[in-house]
Amino acid sequence: MSFLDASDMTGGYGAADILHGCTLKVEKGQIAVIVGPNGAGKSTAMKAVFGMLKLRGGSVKLDGEDITTLSPQDRVKKGMGFVPQVNNVFPTMSVEENLEMGAFIRHDDFHETMEQVYDLFPILREKRYQNAGELSGGQRQQVAVGRALMTKPKLLMLDEPTAGVSPIVMDELFDRIIEVARTGISILMVEQNARQALEIADMGYVLVQGANKYTDTGAALMADPDVRRTFLGG
Amino acid sequence: MDLLNALVAVLNYIIVPATAYGAQLALGALGVTLIYGILRFSNFAHGDTMAFGTALTILVTWGLQGMGISAGPLPTALLALPFGIALTAAFMLATDRVVYRYYRRVRAAPVVLTMVSAGVMFVMNGLTRVLIGVDEIRFADGARFVISPQEFKAWTGLAEPLALRSTQVITVVTAALVVVWLFWFLAKTRTGKSMRAFSDNEDLALLSGIDPNRVVAVTWILAAALTTIAGTLYGLDKTFKAFNYFQLLLPIFAAAVVGGLGSPIGAIAGGFVIAYSEVAVTYAWKKVATYIVPGWEADSLMQLLSTEYKFAVSFTILIIVLLFKPTGLFKGKSV
Repeated sequence: MSFLDASDMTGGYGAADILHGCTLKVEKGQIAVIVGPNGAGKSTAMKAVFGMLKLRGGSVKLDGEDITTLSPQDRVKKGMGFVPQVNNVFPTMSVEENLEMGAFIRHDDFHETMEQVYDLFPILREKRYQNAGELSGGQRQQVAVGRALMTKPKLLMLDEPTAGVSPIVMDELFDRIIEVARTGISILMVEQNARQALEIADMGYVLVQGANKYTDTGAALMADPDVRRTFLGG
Repeated sequence: MDLLNALVAVLNYIIVPATAYGAQLALGALGVTLIYGILRFSNFAHGDTMAFGTALTILVTWGLQGMGISAGPLPTALLALPFGIALTAAFMLATDRVVYRYYRRVRAAPVVLTMVSAGVMFVMNGLTRVLIGVDEIRFADGARFVISPQEFKAWTGLAEPLALRSTQVITVVTAALVVVWLFWFLAKTRTGKSMRAFSDNEDLALLSGIDPNRVVAVTWILAAALTTIAGTLYGLDKTFKAFNYFQLLLPIFAAAVVGGLGSPIGAIAGGFVIAYSEVAVTYAWKKVATYIVPGWEADSLMQLLSTEYKFAVSFTILIIVLLFKPTGLFKGKSV
């Protein structure tokens, strides 16, 4: 039994389905990456896992518990953390306040978690009193990830965390994501930069038109000539 | 001596009254900006909420006076204020439950909510008149002056009087306390921060587990407090008349827009910009000019606009800001 087991998800926003029996599984402490062409339903699949999309079929289980009918807020309480692709910080609030808001549902002392986030992203400690809206794109992504980490999630979901950041910042963000996974947090990530993402992935899902096209370990997908030719540009 | 007289005249007719008026507008604009920032619509019922809250405060004031309770040199209305706020807050929460909540649930566009608030405005408008009537009401009691004009003239020997009424001092002091408390609340408390987060990014706030119903309720309570305090201070300083409060809607909105909608600090700055402009433009400068330029008497009153047209000042400033700096002085949201 995988830690996250989202099986046969079928559904969409309106009458037409976007997902057609899509299955995503993540093991404890592992990194799973969803890649695929534009419009393949990558982000939609992740939103379905997080409950932002009503499913017509399939189920979502977290740590063995069926959470298919829970709202996103309740899934956060069950241990899911979600970093949206855009608008993922509170721009007129300081970095520290952003982290505090991330911990809003917690009623215990969250300062230890905040220290861990600062240790993970030292630049945030430096800019803790600056408004998140004034930071660079890469720093803002760090705030966004840090905010999601404040609930001490067991599964962290990232929707294109490296969209719009420079290659150097992208490498750094990936390094940090590996570090997060090492602390035992499972990671499910949608990525546009398929090659780099698969390099760090334990498991890779190639989606095409809302269904699983290829599923294998990151390394195996990288080695697969079909995948290379169609999705990784040779 | 003439220069001093000119200075005193400016103080007496412009600085002092405009500062008190500005503080009242600032409190009103803070409420508008709070509702705009968090509930995301322009609340047209704001002026009439002020009237309603003030009317309730006056009724409680009369009750207290009837029981022989007074606040000594301070107006009795200050004692009645907490009751007025509580009653107004209850009314606002009930209105939200009956009216606004539905439109939030169907995710109505802001302009629809604004029109809904216009409906609420008419209802409150009528309700206030049923409650307390349409006449002008004076309800200020206690000491009248901090500096009385006769004393000032006798004391300084100047030809120009300077009056500092106690209601003006109370207005500015109360407004300052309220603003300091509000900023502390928004900056430091968990609830205040969650309200800012909700205003900043509603979706992310929901993801973070912030309860929208609680944020909405606290916003209405704060708005009720701000309107009732602003209205009562305005009524103490001048008089209470339901229609005047309805008319205050324009300068209050102008203040909020000038400062930048959604920006609390902007609302305060905007309040004073509007107040000083309005008073300065409608003041007859002849006397001051005569003091400054000896041996010359102006043919006219040197009044740019007669006081009947004072609302034109708010309108003009509003239009200029919307044309050239739609986000206002302090970078609020554009309308």
